[in-house]
Amino acid sequence: MRVLVAMSGGVDSSVAAALLVDAGHDVVGATMKLWGGPSDTGCCSVADVEDARRVAQQLGIDHHVFNFTDSFDADVVVPYVADHAAGRTPNPCVECNRSLKFDRFLRRADALGFDAIATGHHARIDGDPACGWSLGRGRDRDKDQSYVLHMLGQDQLGRTLLPVGAMTKDEVRAVAAAAGLRTAAKPDSQDVCFIASGAGRSAFLGERIALHPGRVVDTDGRHVGDVEAVELVTVGQRKGLGPVGAGVPRYALAVDVASATVTVGSPDELLVTATAVTAWTWTADAAAIGTVVEAQTSAHGEPRPAVFTGGGVEWSRPAKRVAPGQSVVLYDGDRVLGGGRAA
Amino acid sequence: MVAYLDHAATSPLRPKALAAMEPYLTEQYGNPSSGHSLGRRARQAVDEARETVAACLGAQPGEVVFTGSGTEADNLAVSGARGDGVVVCTAVEHHAVLHPVESVGGRVVGVDGNGVIDLDALAAALDPSVTVVSVMLVNNEVGTIQPLEQVVEVVLAHAPNAVLHTDAVQAFPWVDVSHAARDASLISVSAHKFGGPKGVGALVVRDGTPVRAQILGGGQERDRRSGTTDVAGVVGMAAAMALTHTTRAATVGRVARLRDRLANELLKRVPGTAETGDRGGKVAGNCHLRFEGVESEALLVLLDDAGVCGSAGSACASGAIEPSHVLLAMGLTAAEAATSIRLSLGATTTAEDIDLALKAVPDAVAQLRNG
Repeated sequence: MRVLVAMSGGVDSSVAAALLVDAGHDVVGATMKLWGGPSDTGCCSVADVEDARRVAQQLGIDHHVFNFTDSFDADVVVPYVADHAAGRTPNPCVECNRSLKFDRFLRRADALGFDAIATGHHARIDGDPACGWSLGRGRDRDKDQSYVLHMLGQDQLGRTLLPVGAMTKDEVRAVAAAAGLRTAAKPDSQDVCFIASGAGRSAFLGERIALHPGRVVDTDGRHVGDVEAVELVTVGQRKGLGPVGAGVPRYALAVDVASATVTVGSPDELLVTATAVTAWTWTADAAAIGTVVEAQTSAHGEPRPAVFTGGGVEWSRPAKRVAPGQSVVLYDGDRVLGGGRAA
Repeated sequence: MVAYLDHAATSPLRPKALAAMEPYLTEQYGNPSSGHSLGRRARQAVDEARETVAACLGAQPGEVVFTGSGTEADNLAVSGARGDGVVVCTAVEHHAVLHPVESVGGRVVGVDGNGVIDLDALAAALDPSVTVVSVMLVNNEVGTIQPLEQVVEVVLAHAPNAVLHTDAVQAFPWVDVSHAARDASLISVSAHKFGGPKGVGALVVRDGTPVRAQILGGGQERDRRSGTTDVAGVVGMAAAMALTHTTRAATVGRVARLRDRLANELLKRVPGTAETGDRGGKVAGNCHLRFEGVESEALLVLLDDAGVCGSAGSACASGAIEPSHVLLAMGLTAAEAATSIRLSLGATTTAEDIDLALKAVPDAVAQLRNG
């Protein structure tokens, strides 16, 4: 099979490429240049491209660099900034997978005549063309990335290989070390790849949108504090929202950019019985309303029992509010059913 | 078989150049600054190379400064001759000129749809504060030849304190630089664009043109560029230069016919194809086409698979292709620029190379359009 491997320059995609070569596939590597601005953690630095290229050379495979900065800006960065401006909490990794890795990259692979693409994600795809494909959690539960892949449909799942999904991270590193790959001991990437860690999110957003000082009020409308930028507050956040040690901790319950107000409340007030979700996508058929599921609301959060209601989920036990913009992903055991965006 | 159609990026080392270099990579290892016999032999080789390069560029030997690249020659010209004055260049210069100009807040002059400098805009950008005007002789992407004779007149009329620099890196294989750049005070060339080795360039600095060294040290190159001379490199450059210079007329005629066949056939065979830059105003080796709806980045991968080496835009540090500032300056849209490829021919290009490209390009475009 001709496989185009998305090589970020990290250890997972390096090993993905190595395993495919070992399995006898006709493998080509490609690194997406996604971000033109300063970055230190992410996927687009010259050093990362160099790592990917050197690994490809070691494996004896061709390596290309695709400049997808225009799509990344339009489909990931601009919506990221707009979400913050509207008081939502975006998940840019989800949008990058949706629009870049499993759309533009996949289309590029198709155009170039590849049978499949591969990435270094920790998740598993099972199935066959006749019975269909399913997306499951990676074997290494701590590294599982099925949450950020929930938008994959049958068409994409059938053309995607995730060679490290059945391995633990330690096994991945051991394979890399045994093969002498220079990425074997490279630290995992963290945080948002297009935001430099030094200046951080507030500086990044401050260059692109106006950040407004906000009032912090309690559920009775009493003014209890202030924040420097209402656009930087996430529902569920505790830090920076008022005096510490004043009895019960306070959490952000709602962010209203229009009135520059953050409403805070107690841990009990943070709990809800249902969460509205929009823009559902499904790995196969849509779940039937009333389906009992486990719902996960952050990349490494705990899945919690819920019922799919069509317009969202009803929690079996009261659950913490989900920040608008975050993905709500539904599982049946370890299998991803689909997901959407918290309203 | 590989059809190498990227001569504007680099050209294969001519066997004559390699043969000329070989002794200086092996037994003749002396430092030309040394006084002993090995040093003197190296010095003689450098002196002879300098005379050859000077003759091919219409300069005196003492006016030739050997550098480590065309980029270094461009930097030495722009930054070294600037003094405290203002520098001016065109919007389609190579980054080796554009970035030094931009780094000191210089002025950038626009071009027309063929990439030819706007002389009225040049006049408007000039005044007595201007000390360097840099206008390339031939553009690296679209091959457009600039009207240096007219540029000189505008510079003389509007910038009495300026010297004219011309980046002739892309010109030398195709244009008699000794004639075309006769009015320029500073001329840059790069050996590997005409069959010499990589890592060697030269800047002609006409007598009386003040140039401040950018690399300080042992005072080589008459204090204009320190560093031990790359003896084999300059010998190889001189050999390739002499060969190119003496065979240029025949090469231009032959390559222009190959290029015309390539461009005409592709325009005919591939629907939605357009040519960038007036062919009559560009050098013989340049074929610049855009294929509607076809991303050049993908097209180049398929061409590579088929054994055809071409290029698009210029590569950034990561190796990604960046949108071409040249094409945008010529008024192409970003979408048009993203569908553009450059197939550049050279002295070693054969009819078989063109045959392969004429099969591979239509196939690749069809695959990308039809899936």
